[in-house]
Amino acid sequence: MHADQRCVLTGTHFINGDAACCEGALSAGARFAAGYPITPSTEIVERFSARAPQVGGLFIQMEDELASSIALQGMVWAGQKSFTVTSGPGYSLMMEHIGYAAITETPCVFVDVQRGGPSTGLPTLPAQGDMMQARWGSHGDYLTIALTPNSPQECYSLTIKAFNLAEQFRVPVMFMMDECVGHMTEKVVIPKAEEIEIYPRRLASKPPGEFNLFEAGEDLVPEMAHAGEGYKVYVTGLTHDKRGYPVLNPKAQHELVTRQFEKIRRAADELTIVETEEIEGADVVVVSYGITSRVAQRAIQMARDKGLKVGKLRLICVWPFPEKLIRELAPKVKALVMPELNMGQMVLELERCAGGKCQVISVPHAGGTVHKPADILAAIERGAR
Amino acid sequence: MLKEIRIAGFGGQGVILSAHIVGRAVSIHQGGYATMTQNYGPEARGGAASAALMVSDQPVLFPYVTHPDILVVLSQEAYTRYAPEMKSDGVLLVEEDLVRLENLPPQARVYGIPATRIAEELGKKMVLNVVMVGFFCAITKAVDREACLKAVSDSVPERFRKLNTEAFDRGFQFGEELLLKGPAKEEQTVGVGAVESDD
Amino acid sequence: MSTTDFVVHNPVEDLLRQDRVPTIWCPGCGIGTTVNSFAHALLGQDIDLSKTAIVSGIGCSGRVSGYMNLDSFHTTHGRAIPFATGLKLANPELTVIVYSGDGDLTSIGGNHLIHAARRNIDLMVVCVNNMIYAMTGGQAAATTPGSSMSTTTPYGAFEPELNMPQLVDAAGACFVARWTSFHVMQLERTMAKALKKKGLRFIEILSPCPTYFQRKNNLGDALTAMVDYKKRSKIKHGCHTWETALEPGGDIIVGEFVDREREDYLTRMRRQLGSHYSEFPEQTEEEISEGACSEC
Repeated sequence: MHADQRCVLTGTHFINGDAACCEGALSAGARFAAGYPITPSTEIVERFSARAPQVGGLFIQMEDELASSIALQGMVWAGQKSFTVTSGPGYSLMMEHIGYAAITETPCVFVDVQRGGPSTGLPTLPAQGDMMQARWGSHGDYLTIALTPNSPQECYSLTIKAFNLAEQFRVPVMFMMDECVGHMTEKVVIPKAEEIEIYPRRLASKPPGEFNLFEAGEDLVPEMAHAGEGYKVYVTGLTHDKRGYPVLNPKAQHELVTRQFEKIRRAADELTIVETEEIEGADVVVVSYGITSRVAQRAIQMARDKGLKVGKLRLICVWPFPEKLIRELAPKVKALVMPELNMGQMVLELERCAGGKCQVISVPHAGGTVHKPADILAAIERGAR
Repeated sequence: MLKEIRIAGFGGQGVILSAHIVGRAVSIHQGGYATMTQNYGPEARGGAASAALMVSDQPVLFPYVTHPDILVVLSQEAYTRYAPEMKSDGVLLVEEDLVRLENLPPQARVYGIPATRIAEELGKKMVLNVVMVGFFCAITKAVDREACLKAVSDSVPERFRKLNTEAFDRGFQFGEELLLKGPAKEEQTVGVGAVESDD
Repeated sequence: MSTTDFVVHNPVEDLLRQDRVPTIWCPGCGIGTTVNSFAHALLGQDIDLSKTAIVSGIGCSGRVSGYMNLDSFHTTHGRAIPFATGLKLANPELTVIVYSGDGDLTSIGGNHLIHAARRNIDLMVVCVNNMIYAMTGGQAAATTPGSSMSTTTPYGAFEPELNMPQLVDAAGACFVARWTSFHVMQLERTMAKALKKKGLRFIEILSPCPTYFQRKNNLGDALTAMVDYKKRSKIKHGCHTWETALEPGGDIIVGEFVDREREDYLTRMRRQLGSHYSEFPEQTEEEISEGACSEC
């Protein structure tokens, strides 16, 4: 299905990443959001609070992030698309409800505009320090999907993608922006509504009485019924059976958790969303994501100017990690270089997948600004030796 | 060609909007690329305002301005703070009534305009930023005049369009006339003083 | 009519998920009693039960949502109110009831209770107060009175207890009442009344926990608790909520304390937004497939 043109601000804009993310959410069909102000994400909800009422929607500023991260799920179970937006400390407070969204298979989007941490850290400056938290932040076993935009244009288009993936797989999707991308202003082209693909909610195809809320078909993703539709849904954060009823035993736990894992794992190829350039025959491949991928691109150009054979692998979807791709790539190169605005998070995953088949060089950065291209270049040169 | 631009002054002068207009002109009306960033830290409070722009005919990769090719300053504080970061052969545009040039970078080419006075002549001090944009456009040629005028129109409410277009024209005209004379230069330049850097 | 033809049908059964019975509640627990009053109150209303949702947090009372044959949401600890807030705002047609315990609603979820009352969001909040964390085995709560014993206050509690009616009254709830699980008829009438109101309605129900609170404090069994509630309760409708504090052995002030008209969140929002708010009619199937808009 296509986007609803009443919500799409078709045209060419010069806006920042936060504003673009807001427009992306609206284009995706989200007219409801709950949030709590926190730098550098606040501009998203500021804009949304102005835009949403114009299309019959609403932004509610909750009393804290605990509240906003669950209020948005109430909105989803009422039949709407919804999201919340936060940063650093707020993201930490939301962790329990990411787990709740995972076990209740609530399709929704958590936007985290990453800033320097830990704790209050650097509220107005960029970092990519929440990447592991996006994967492991809530307790227990679950899988999420995480996307990383590197420009305001992508803050728009990938937000739509995030909502689509949330609906397709019925999972909370982490939209991992950073302060630099969020506050950076660039040209953003918003297409016509009919050019925007929207993944519709997978609604119950059976009537009440015959329908089981957590019974999944072939693709392991169950259909959804909302409150007020006569299905008398039962939604709980406890381990549950296909009816949604709590069943607290190892068998039920095994069935639920493995299905919820498997629905993502099976789609690994579809969720390998990357951008590559001159990977074939490269001695060194720079693996990066988010804002860092732009600085890395600069370093790659500098290295090529020096005659080095350098490829680019940009992760757009970081979780699930493109394991297969890395396993295939590692034996073919001398080194994989990974710059990131943290002390080395995703590089652990890269190392795991490379399995010792090539050198893996981390280019850590504590955050607050982006890398100097020269630092990445030095790592490329080291890897090429 | 990548150009690093910084526009700085104090709050209320419309510094951010002026960078916005230039960025818009380049990326939307001229088919180029522009990336604008701002300072958001506590240092951005209390009166100081600054916006940075990377403009290029290629996609902009590195987002931050570190050594501006073009520096536009509308306050003494902005001058003191940012002049030392300029490229040695950079272009410096100043609001000449508000900025006293001292410790000027040796090779800098300096062009001054009484933007506030011109804006006041037009009846609205507020448009001094657009006067500055016109001036910027004429002197630096970093952006086409037509593209810039369109961006001015897009960026202001309908009822202020005429006033802002006039403001742009006045700044532009002033710039063109000044170009015939060549850049001004302070008599005594003492080199760059120690100024805290803005990492 | 012979006795063998006589089929007893308790109308409340339709409102319960029969396939979930028996409940987890201990013998003598008061929660089931409150549910009975609640079910009767619901049945007496002109409410579309297919558009009625019940939301709970975690705890013994938090299990109520899962036994009701309504749209049931068993959320996280303390967060029933914000979940219910999202549910109500995104579908104002729903009647939304929050049913949870004292620890869940006033301690871990206390902030949400305050702000829901302040917003006067259209929710009915039922708080079963058994004065202890029962699900986890009898720890002290913000509502544990006086110097009561609990597993985390082995020498007696030394924190003052919270007066819930006063808190939600001060924060702006439009309806505030308290009963005990002894007052089944009064409770049903109050719940019926509250269901008809718009805004944040708060009902506290004192309820015995024979397994932990009564036992730890040598207060006898559930029957003793009923006798005690009967003896100590004083009905004071309209009484100032600062006079409703609970003290061990003291009077239990019960009744409907607050019943006022105050614009609820959504009404006020619509009024404030005025022409900035546009209705968003759902698109028809054809419109969706054509990608067309109903206004053009």
